[in-house]
Amino acid sequence: MSALLEVADLRVTIGSTAAVRGASLTVNKGETHCLVGESGCGKSITALSVMGLLPRGAVRETTALRFAGEEIGRYGERQMERLRGDRMAMIFQEPMTSLNPAYTVGSQMTEVLRRHRGTPRAQAVDRAAELLARVGITAPGLRLGQYPHQLSGGLRQRVMIAMALMCDPELLIADEPTTALDVTVQAQILRLLAGLQKDLGLGILLITHDLGVVARVADRVSVMYAGEVVESAPTAALFAAPEHPYTRGLLTCVPVPGKVKRDEPLGSIPGVVPRIQPGFAGCGFRDRCAQANAACAGTIPRREAAAGHEVLCTLPPGWGGAAAA
Amino acid sequence: MSAPAIEVRGLRRVFRVRQGLFASPREVVAVDDVSFSVPAGSVLGVVGESGCGKSTLARLILGLLEPSAGDVLVDGQRLGGMDRRARARLIQPVFQDPFASLNPKRRIRDIVAMPLIAQGDVARADIDRRVGEALDRVGLSREQGTRFPAQLSGGQRQRVAIARALVLRPRIVVCDEPTSALDVSVQAQILNLLAELRRDLGLTYLFISHNLAVVEHIASEVAVMYLGRIVERSESERLFAAPRHPYTRALLASVLTPEPGLGVPDVGLGDTMPDPANIPPGCRFHPRCPVAIAKCSTEAPRPTADAAGLVECHLA
Ligand SMILES: Nc1ncnc2c1ncn2[C@@H]1O[C@H](COP(=O)(O)OP(=O)(O)OP(=O)(O)O)[C@@H](O)[C@H]1O
Ligand SMILES: Nc1ncnc2c1ncn2[C@@H]1O[C@H](COP(=O)(O)OP(=O)(O)OP(=O)(O)O)[C@@H](O)[C@H]1O
Ligand code: SF4
Ligand code: SF4
Ligand SMILES: [Mg+2]
Ligand SMILES: [Mg+2]
Repeated sequence: MSALLEVADLRVTIGSTAAVRGASLTVNKGETHCLVGESGCGKSITALSVMGLLPRGAVRETTALRFAGEEIGRYGERQMERLRGDRMAMIFQEPMTSLNPAYTVGSQMTEVLRRHRGTPRAQAVDRAAELLARVGITAPGLRLGQYPHQLSGGLRQRVMIAMALMCDPELLIADEPTTALDVTVQAQILRLLAGLQKDLGLGILLITHDLGVVARVADRVSVMYAGEVVESAPTAALFAAPEHPYTRGLLTCVPVPGKVKRDEPLGSIPGVVPRIQPGFAGCGFRDRCAQANAACAGTIPRREAAAGHEVLCTLPPGWGGAAAA
Repeated sequence: MSAPAIEVRGLRRVFRVRQGLFASPREVVAVDDVSFSVPAGSVLGVVGESGCGKSTLARLILGLLEPSAGDVLVDGQRLGGMDRRARARLIQPVFQDPFASLNPKRRIRDIVAMPLIAQGDVARADIDRRVGEALDRVGLSREQGTRFPAQLSGGQRQRVAIARALVLRPRIVVCDEPTSALDVSVQAQILNLLAELRRDLGLTYLFISHNLAVVEHIASEVAVMYLGRIVERSESERLFAAPRHPYTRALLASVLTPEPGLGVPDVGLGDTMPDPANIPPGCRFHPRCPVAIAKCSTEAPRPTADAAGLVECHLA
């Protein structure tokens, strides 16, 4: 497998918030890498860093940011613009922010292809219709003529996916693509993404806070907490043998049908996610961690629990015997 | 046997919506001839897709909306003629968005005191004491009571909303997506709190959620809504073990449990989206139903009820 996207030691500061504090991750060709974590832990900012779309005032540093082997960390806006929507595409957390309410679906979809490839209009329309059909939209012709507000949430999300695929990207970043959707529609959209990936060999970075989604679609998972990737592992290993106390806690919080009896308490993590300021040292989880010890205020080692299974924690791999979850 | 905590009979609510400036108004039947009862001390979970009428049902039961037809009885009394203050002592809401439902300009303890003040006859000292008790119950400190909503986290705000719902010591709490805006770790804290309160105070919940795993965890009975109707209702164990309505089966199939290797199931519903302003003839689920037969598109199925529940499908 070859690395499509490599992010090494990403740091993003926005004003007085250390939004990302040394995150590293790799997305291979044809692989789905899930980025999971609670609200505010830095998932979207990580994605936007890769796309070169950080909010004004954000400061980004990395030791490497490579796309298809090429260092893009120092690309200017013009160069990034050429990549975006072409070789790397993103589906945003809120579809309405990236669909323009004033233009029809058709004109927005064809515009991408015309801008990047100079494709003639008629051909671009054909391509748009083909992709809408491919994402399971039954009357593509009709939808091309409609405005975003005339579509249901599920249809809008399909349009977003189709639009992201217009130029055959190699990397697709999907930020909570199904969070706002009903469960039945979520399942349909996720199946669709999996199918496209198989057919097109896409590398996908999928951001979600839903561990059910992660378990079902990811090849690899990175768990973020307070701006850091605290654990990264192949999916089966993460669920079977979680190492980081936060990951272990998180897995007991999710109600699983048939697993926890009614009225028996779910596992829970006391406290709330802290807001981390620049200059913070030590483990960001330590005020909620039952295992916290003196070493946790210092530099936290990144350890390998097994091949490809990394953990950012002072505890030895396999601590506490069998995995708690 | 005592009266059910909640009983609704033939409940219906129609909204008139105008889609364009010159378009004639269309009718949206958000809740369509719904009947059920909830025994005291139990939890009825209500599930279904966005727009199926869950919140409308909740607001009808809370008396925040007038029914177009039908009745709501709370603790054996008709909601229709009931005095507002008496109603507030019986039944209270907890809504999804803990931020939108709390006045940002008031301190937490004043927010929690509002229902007591609205009663008009509670002494100041009693108000302070009961607010303090309610904050304790939900795990908030007195110091947190002096803060403003913006100074609390989402989970803490939801605790405030629960404290406000409990301060009049109601019998019934209607929870509309109480954890949907929260992170999983905070969701678990709030679910545990709600379960503990129900046990300790003998509360009855109407618990609305689109998260089936959450509903399975907390509800003793589950009602599945589709385009304004309850298409299946049964005891929780039975519904999850042996769903009878094709829509219930599709919903359950869509639940993605955190079990790696299972992939994403094909729920078999196609891409037709339900439109509450345009309810199909016959069985309202037929355009999406994977097992529909000829008469489904012309003839609406009647509900068949037995001791354990109800299902509304020609094939059930
Ligand atoms: N435009 C912005 N200006 C200032 N701070 C921001 C901005 N966007 C994000 N942040 C901060 O950066 C941190 C990381 O935010 P991010 O949006 O990446 O979180 P997330 O993991 O995507 O959360 P969610 O699950 O809620 O989408 C948070 O503390 C957030 O408040
Ligand atoms: N005040 C209103 N005016 C007009 N239509 C309304 C009003 N309230 C609800 N509706 C419509 O009634 C239907 C049911 O809405 P409701 O909010 O009860 O659904 P829901 O099941 O709670 O959905 P969600 O899961 O999205 O919260 C929808 O079509 C909605 O647009
Ligand atoms: S480094 Fe320490 S505080 Fe952080 S998760 Fe590990 S044991 Fe807990
Ligand atoms: S009545 Fe027909 S269309 Fe409706 S759920 Fe049953 S089989 Fe499906
Ligand atoms: Mg985000
Ligand atoms: Mg609702």
